[in-house]
Amino acid sequence: VTIMALEFLNQIIQGALIGGLYVLFAIGLSLSLGVMRFVNIAHGDLIVLSSFILMSFSAILGLSPFIAAALLMPVAFLAFYALQRLLLQRLVGTNLLGVILVTFGLAIVIQNGLLQTYGPDTRKLSGGALELKSISIGGGLSIGLYPLLVFATAVVVIFALDRFLYRTSIGSRIRAVADDPAAANLIGLPSAKIYGIAMGVVGLTVMSAACCMSIWTNFDPEIGPSRLLIAFEVVVLGGLGSLWGTLVGGIIIGVAQNLGAQVDAAWQILTQHLVFLVILFLRPQGLFSRGSRT
Amino acid sequence: VSNPSGLAPYVPSAGATADKVGRLQMLTLALRILLVIAIVLLGAGPWLFDLNQMTLLTEFFTLLVLALMWNLLAGYADIVTVGQQGFVGVGAYAFFGLAALAGLDPFLSIILAAAMTAVLAVPALLFILRLRLAYLAVGTWVLADVLSLIAGKLPGFGGGSGVSLPISIARAFGGSVSQRVITLYILAFILAAAALTTTWCLLRSRVGLGLTAMRDNEEGAKSAGIDVPRMRVICFLWTAPFLGLAGTLVTLQKVRVAPSASFSITDWTIYIIFAVVIGGIGSLEGPIIGTALFLLLREYLADFGAWYLILLGAVSIAVILIEPRGLWGVWRRFFPIDVIPVSHKSPKNMDRTDFAGTSRLKHGLHHRAETEQKA
Repeated sequence: VTIMALEFLNQIIQGALIGGLYVLFAIGLSLSLGVMRFVNIAHGDLIVLSSFILMSFSAILGLSPFIAAALLMPVAFLAFYALQRLLLQRLVGTNLLGVILVTFGLAIVIQNGLLQTYGPDTRKLSGGALELKSISIGGGLSIGLYPLLVFATAVVVIFALDRFLYRTSIGSRIRAVADDPAAANLIGLPSAKIYGIAMGVVGLTVMSAACCMSIWTNFDPEIGPSRLLIAFEVVVLGGLGSLWGTLVGGIIIGVAQNLGAQVDAAWQILTQHLVFLVILFLRPQGLFSRGSRT
Repeated sequence: VSNPSGLAPYVPSAGATADKVGRLQMLTLALRILLVIAIVLLGAGPWLFDLNQMTLLTEFFTLLVLALMWNLLAGYADIVTVGQQGFVGVGAYAFFGLAALAGLDPFLSIILAAAMTAVLAVPALLFILRLRLAYLAVGTWVLADVLSLIAGKLPGFGGGSGVSLPISIARAFGGSVSQRVITLYILAFILAAAALTTTWCLLRSRVGLGLTAMRDNEEGAKSAGIDVPRMRVICFLWTAPFLGLAGTLVTLQKVRVAPSASFSITDWTIYIIFAVVIGGIGSLEGPIIGTALFLLLREYLADFGAWYLILLGAVSIAVILIEPRGLWGVWRRFFPIDVIPVSHKSPKNMDRTDFAGTSRLKHGLHHRAETEQKA
């Protein structure tokens, strides 16, 4: 019985740690939700696209994925800035249908573009010796150093984003534009540019999520949608606009998945969805909702 | 009478307008006659087409039903769903369960499968009503994913790899392959015709008027006393039995059920969204044009695999940016007519109401100018 309890505890700890990765998926989605007022359907595929770019970039230059990801950060910022200014900004102020259909089209183009370029094979990047190290936490349980680092990254990213949005002037401008674009325009905020910068920040979170994911798990061109669903559930569970709520949402989804995975792969996803549905039913506004924004 | 808008009234020379209106009326009449002829010819399909053509047309009818339903939700009720494959799959699995596992009459099973899909739509609706509008698209997707995963766990349905329909059930639809193709063709034709006519009637009814008002201005519609949530509920429940019926037809065509095929997001939602967007969302002509074009393109481009989807995705992004009303919207820029009129003519003047706000404004000013002249 003790062994079973320990094994159960172990699964919860491992699940909570992979929750850190899911938080990284979700933070960008949460921020872009504020900008676009809609769930970006291409979010998961953008993470996968970034993983493939990271893979090629680190292979060509012979760099470790961590250094390659750091070098690609400015590129990700500019690419997302451009995506917002050149494509998505055209739809701001029109009905939501246009935004959702364009991100939907983008998702399909990215998925099939990757399939055409890289083929359907499963990939994984190597994090080197870091991946193999683990720390013993007593009771015969140990946790991997790499999952712990990813979780720490998630906490740091949330902390930094919280500071950025609530302590800097550009952050308060982003919140102003996200809360009420018309009023922000009235007081002369350059909303197009601010939207662009916010999406640029989303690009930074997407690249860090891509780096963490591609070393931790296998990926292929078709996993974007399942990453989107994870990110979506984490955002909804956490409560719209609540960054720290996202952390709790990520842990819940990670633990639910890990417990379901004890049965089989289908139950892994099914448990994830069912836990999400139950919590949504009990608390439609999310666990930690910050005000009501639609 | 003063002109409060301050804009110069739009008054085209009377002769030219009458001439143009007359020509447009002729064109409308011609296209409507063409549509009726097409429907009659399709109805007489078994005497006109060979088996391959009938198989392709059966698929056209099935996809058309899906396109009409997605268009009703996304184009009128503001419910953009990415999860309609969920109800298609439920229809397929319900039919298999009733006909193959419970041993009911196959034709009765089709009807019961549609009823079961409609019943299942109620709890799905409860979930959907809990979601913010911004969450709807992905929320429906989660729901469809859950249904698909559960289908893979049901005993008797072959798990994740699915199971073939017993030959005895296929036999109920015709002793030979060609007879089965004909039966399926007729069933699919009836379903598509029913979906088109009843959806048209729905859109012409109070519900449709409310939906149009809601789409044009939700706040305005609410303040005019339109129960917007009720309209959404009616539309959502409306689509479920049709999607379920489409699912049973798909099962009969493929002669098997499997989670990946019966609940395929690519086949039953992604392609459908592209077809409707390219054809023209928010009209009944659009889904028909889009579905036909989609199947035509597929005949020629299917070999290109991923490139075909990249092309469809890129084209629909371009459509949204350039002409959100799709090909039918482009056509209407040149010939502002309704072949299948969803809106009612205004009682006093014979102006056609228009999707584009600009021409409605133009007509409005035109009308005002006429009344001014009378005054």
